[in-house]
Amino acid sequence: MTKVVLPELGEGIDKATVSYWYFQGGEKVNEKDDLVELTTDKATFNLPSPSSGILSEIFFQAGDTVNVGEVLAVIEEAQ
Amino acid sequence: MPFKIFDLGVINFQKAEQFQKEVFKAVKNNFLKSALILCQHYPVITLGRQAKKLNIKASGEELKKRGIPLYGIERGGDVTYHGPGQLMVYPILNLTYLRRDIPLFLRMLEELAMQVLSDFGIFSQRRPGLTGVWVGEEKIASIGIAIRNWITYYGLAVNIKKDDLPNFSLIRPCGMDIKMTSLESMLDKNVNIEDVKTILLQEFKDSYEIVYS
Repeated sequence: MTKVVLPELGEGIDKATVSYWYFQGGEKVNEKDDLVELTTDKATFNLPSPSSGILSEIFFQAGDTVNVGEVLAVIEEAQ
Repeated sequence: MPFKIFDLGVINFQKAEQFQKEVFKAVKNNFLKSALILCQHYPVITLGRQAKKLNIKASGEELKKRGIPLYGIERGGDVTYHGPGQLMVYPILNLTYLRRDIPLFLRMLEELAMQVLSDFGIFSQRRPGLTGVWVGEEKIASIGIAIRNWITYYGLAVNIKKDDLPNFSLIRPCGMDIKMTSLESMLDKNVNIEDVKTILLQEFKDSYEIVYS
């Protein structure tokens, strides 16, 4: 199981807003696939998938605010 | 010179967007270390990810009559207008080589605009809590970026010519009731956009070459 965590984005930013998920819960993802797009003031950015497997849980939906360090989703590696 | 410079002249927004994505791929795949794209767009209104439709004041019919298309795009920010006379500066940079710091990169783009304006004798400033560059109460440069795998695209728009400024009244730029100004309005004389490009490229090299070389 790998957690998808919102990383440090720079000085003075402690949160970001989810714009959309490139995949739905339960779908298969490959390492480095674009997983989710987020926005902060004047910038959008992506989080690539940290591993290959099934996107088993999504904790934040489009429009939700996520704090740096929080877990956005979980990837279950294929057996 | 670690930067590949592309000057696209006056180009349709979507074509320039496509071009940016090609260059982005080249940087991502390490065919290019970094690039700077300069261009001007034919009149267009773009909606960033935080855009609210009510910040477009003109009706769809009016925009159609004026031949101004409307695009939703991947950059951050609200609604804005681009037209000829506005210098678009799109750095395609891997922030991993600088610092993985989004606000820092926004401040660096503001700094670049402020330096160029200062070379023309114009004193411009940031505003606390807002992204962009102002001269007095009027805004002269706007910023909206996208970052994928820490590589940037989109960027900075600096108002140079004054003729096209009235088109900003079609929208509420960045969702605010702000007045836009331009380098020409400030200097009260004609400015050749080619001269601005020359100065901007020099300032850009001075700021980024040390980091990237």
